[in-house]
Amino acid sequence: MNNHSILRVVSKFMIPFILLFALYVQFHGDFGPGGGFQAGVIFASAFILYGLIYGIENARRVLSANATRLLLVFGVLLYAGVGVASIISGGNFLDYNVLANNGPAGQHLGIFLVEFGVGTTVAATMISIFYVFAGQDN
Amino acid sequence: MVVTAFSIVKLRNLFSVAILSGIFSLLAATLYVLLAAVDVAFTEASVGAGISTLLMLATIAITGEYEKKSARSTLLPKFIVIITGIALIYGTLDMPMYGAIDSPPNLYLIQRFIEQSGSEIGIPNIVTSILASYRGYDTLGETFVIFTAAIGVLALLGRSANRWRPGLKANNAQKTDEEEV
Repeated sequence: MNNHSILRVVSKFMIPFILLFALYVQFHGDFGPGGGFQAGVIFASAFILYGLIYGIENARRVLSANATRLLLVFGVLLYAGVGVASIISGGNFLDYNVLANNGPAGQHLGIFLVEFGVGTTVAATMISIFYVFAGQDN
Repeated sequence: MVVTAFSIVKLRNLFSVAILSGIFSLLAATLYVLLAAVDVAFTEASVGAGISTLLMLATIAITGEYEKKSARSTLLPKFIVIITGIALIYGTLDMPMYGAIDSPPNLYLIQRFIEQSGSEIGIPNIVTSILASYRGYDTLGETFVIFTAAIGVLALLGRSANRWRPGLKANNAQKTDEEEV
């Protein structure tokens, strides 16, 4: 894809906005449509676009395959860790009410962390699947 | 959507099949918007029309672009599909009308969610509060499903991708040297 200068310029222009939109969907999921799943997919699509246009090797240099695997595990552990944290604070598994002083504040914190875990896992999954698929034809 | 579905079945060029299934997902997403399920539509558009089309294209790049013609007769599968389709349409006949106030999903839990989630969770998007809080176990399970998918792909294909990493290559080369000795 080295010769497609239009694609290279346009994608370079688009990628920051895609990442920003993914973060918006992630953290605005409480107020509008969206959440961890959608945000993770959009975040991953920015990396996949970069990998398609600039080559998979350059994409691996931005976010290495090992880093995606770490993020994959981190997301799941964050989600389950919120559950364990609520047990330690004296509630049931995934009962966010006990995470903060009053119920709704705890729910806000819990949902925020859980959605972040989901988003991280989904993004890391999509990126690592793409890396593996795109690495096959080398 | 029907036209897209039939063209997917008929076409043998897998590239156009992948693009058409993306279009199918996009049409499905617009249908969900019409049904006022914006969150589902968002997921369908980003996952169905975006990522899965892309992954299919990546798979086509590895394999071939044309589908092989199967030698078997397609009569029995067609018969089963038609019977199943008729059964499904028959099943929709006694479903409540869309948006009916007395339909079972609208009668029980959903009213409680709409009335209580504002004070219990304090988040305007009820879908998010149901997904992440009331149904937290389900979402945890879904996250594990995605995690398992990634683990599966990495276990099947990941090792061959590792071979091109320079560090491992050096190790492998050393190993073969030792074996030769």
